[in-house]
Amino acid sequence: MPQTLFDKIWDFHCVGQRADGRDLLYIDRHVLHELHAHHAFARLQREGRQVHRPDLTFAVQDHTVATKPGRDDETNPSGSAFIKAMREGCHRNGIRLFDLGDPDQGISHVVAPELGIVLPGATHAVPDSHASTVGGLGALAFGCGTSELAHILVTQVIAMKRPKRMRVRLDGRLGAHVTGKDVALRLIAELGVAGARGYAVEYSGTAVASLPIEERMTLCNLNIEMGGRSGLVAPDEATFAWLTGRPYAPRGTQWDRALDVWRTLRSDDDAVFDREVTLDCTSLEPQITWGTDPSQVVGISGRVPEPGAVEPSRRAAAESAFVYMGLAPGTALVGLPIDRVFIGSCTNARLPDLETAAAVVRGRRVAQGVTAMVVPGSSQVKREAEAAGLDRVFRDAGFFWGESGCSMCAGGNGDRGQPGERCISTTNRNFENRQGPKVRTHLASPATAAASAIAGRIADVRSLIGAA
Amino acid sequence: MQPFKSLTAIAAALLRDDVNTDQIAPVLHGRGLKEDYKAMLFHRARRREDGSEDPDFVLNKPQFRGAGILVTGHNFGAGSSRESAVWSMLANDIRVIVAKSFADIYRENCLQNGLLPVVLETKDADAFIARVVAADGRAAFTVDLVTQRIGGPGGADIAFDIAPAERTRLLEGLDDIGLTLKHMDDIARWEQHAAVAQPWLQAARDSR
Repeated sequence: MPQTLFDKIWDFHCVGQRADGRDLLYIDRHVLHELHAHHAFARLQREGRQVHRPDLTFAVQDHTVATKPGRDDETNPSGSAFIKAMREGCHRNGIRLFDLGDPDQGISHVVAPELGIVLPGATHAVPDSHASTVGGLGALAFGCGTSELAHILVTQVIAMKRPKRMRVRLDGRLGAHVTGKDVALRLIAELGVAGARGYAVEYSGTAVASLPIEERMTLCNLNIEMGGRSGLVAPDEATFAWLTGRPYAPRGTQWDRALDVWRTLRSDDDAVFDREVTLDCTSLEPQITWGTDPSQVVGISGRVPEPGAVEPSRRAAAESAFVYMGLAPGTALVGLPIDRVFIGSCTNARLPDLETAAAVVRGRRVAQGVTAMVVPGSSQVKREAEAAGLDRVFRDAGFFWGESGCSMCAGGNGDRGQPGERCISTTNRNFENRQGPKVRTHLASPATAAASAIAGRIADVRSLIGAA
Repeated sequence: MQPFKSLTAIAAALLRDDVNTDQIAPVLHGRGLKEDYKAMLFHRARRREDGSEDPDFVLNKPQFRGAGILVTGHNFGAGSSRESAVWSMLANDIRVIVAKSFADIYRENCLQNGLLPVVLETKDADAFIARVVAADGRAAFTVDLVTQRIGGPGGADIAFDIAPAERTRLLEGLDDIGLTLKHMDDIARWEQHAAVAQPWLQAARDSR
């Protein structure tokens, strides 16, 4: 019987079925972060339980770490206890920690792929809803809570009912300065913030095939913003080239054998999905959010919608967003004065993201009165960017250039905006108060964020540097 | 896990869709690992800009301060996977959330902690919300997991569905890890199989 890619990975990893009907799915790679792991470590200690496979478990310090150069455990006082508890818990349980100061430190969803810890066809869990970022490599990932984290530590499996399958076909060709981020935002706008709830999503189509691996990760990263726990892209030759030589990837004959398996990782031609969605990306322009959830999106040349144009069930949310965002219906997005720009996070802080932003910024200055920062997704991304001179481009333009971590995405490390500020952010959530009390967040691509930093207003990158 | 059988309590209605976990349990700074889950629940939503309590927020109203049942709209618990968004409910003695739908991770976090997530069809949910609003905290509702019914003022009992296995787990307060530990032999067998079939999955070593 023809199978979807999702079902192939699920079936291979299904260890058995529990008495309550849940499948036990083996987790090949489990990556922890310091904000949530301490609860699980404490529970294991209290219950006298052991970590079943510390060798398949990794840990990062990302959510609470300061971004200031020369940072240490105490630079962010509210993160200090988390950082130390993480170190202690990893030491006690024999887990490899990419600690502060480690050359491989960074955001879990950036570090795991760049080190080759996560592989095509592998299952992956992180106690963080953006776990499915690594779906961009063809891995099946699950964001989970703290209790599930403890469960995976002790058993190396997650207990789940098989979700439904959705295929999203992204057809056509992307225009200049239109990225995976813009595609994802448009898709969330079309399907809504719960559109993929209960589904595992496979992204396919010509637009996906032509996306660089990093942008496929951006696409899968935002899967949870339409409610989907897992999202993935079938791996292809570009994926295998991207993984070649990564430190934790298989080598030699193992690599050759892995390639033979990975080349079978695609949905069969006649595979049946529970839902199919198609989006033609050819005429898509850069996208930006105007409201307080990631489905409140318009094209960059668009305007804040009139209440009458909003679906009735979504009208109350829109009305509340108008107030919070300080935007009247009908207002054009381009030209709105901004106070802050954040380029970073698991969504958009891999090297190509920074290259794109730097290309916009090069030889220009951040507008007066705008606070702009770039926080690389990992310490490795930071080193590579510095080797290419990108840090100079950003700093010369007036950007802060930080040490790697989640930073302003959720503000868990104290990097936050001031009340009332309007912030263009390359992150994943524009929820009220997320980037600081009363901060007004607009989600956009690195190119749009960079162009807006220069203009001091929301800007269409295509008019700043031409659509060539 | 604390078992859940039945709860008779005041019900409060939060009339919104897509309530996210940033709203339910915002990140609060300065408490380190000793978080105050009771104070965390809707910390910002229940305050005005000057930091004082917003008397209009439903859980701040005197008649709803002891509410044990929350009823709300679609996609409750969207966003981050933080389990504090469930612990903060329990810290306020809210043991039941009735919604038109739940975000996937949030619903799982509820089940893991003995908080009963009840999903009602839109029609039933709207009818129940109307009854909760009409009762205005003056009379209690009963959510009974044994009979799978919600009863209280203003109408007949409402039946609800829940997967039998999830119901049993909540009724008996079964430990999820304990359930899976019975399968450690299966897990070991799978590991042996994978080590042959796809050995790179069973080893994660830095080759540098």
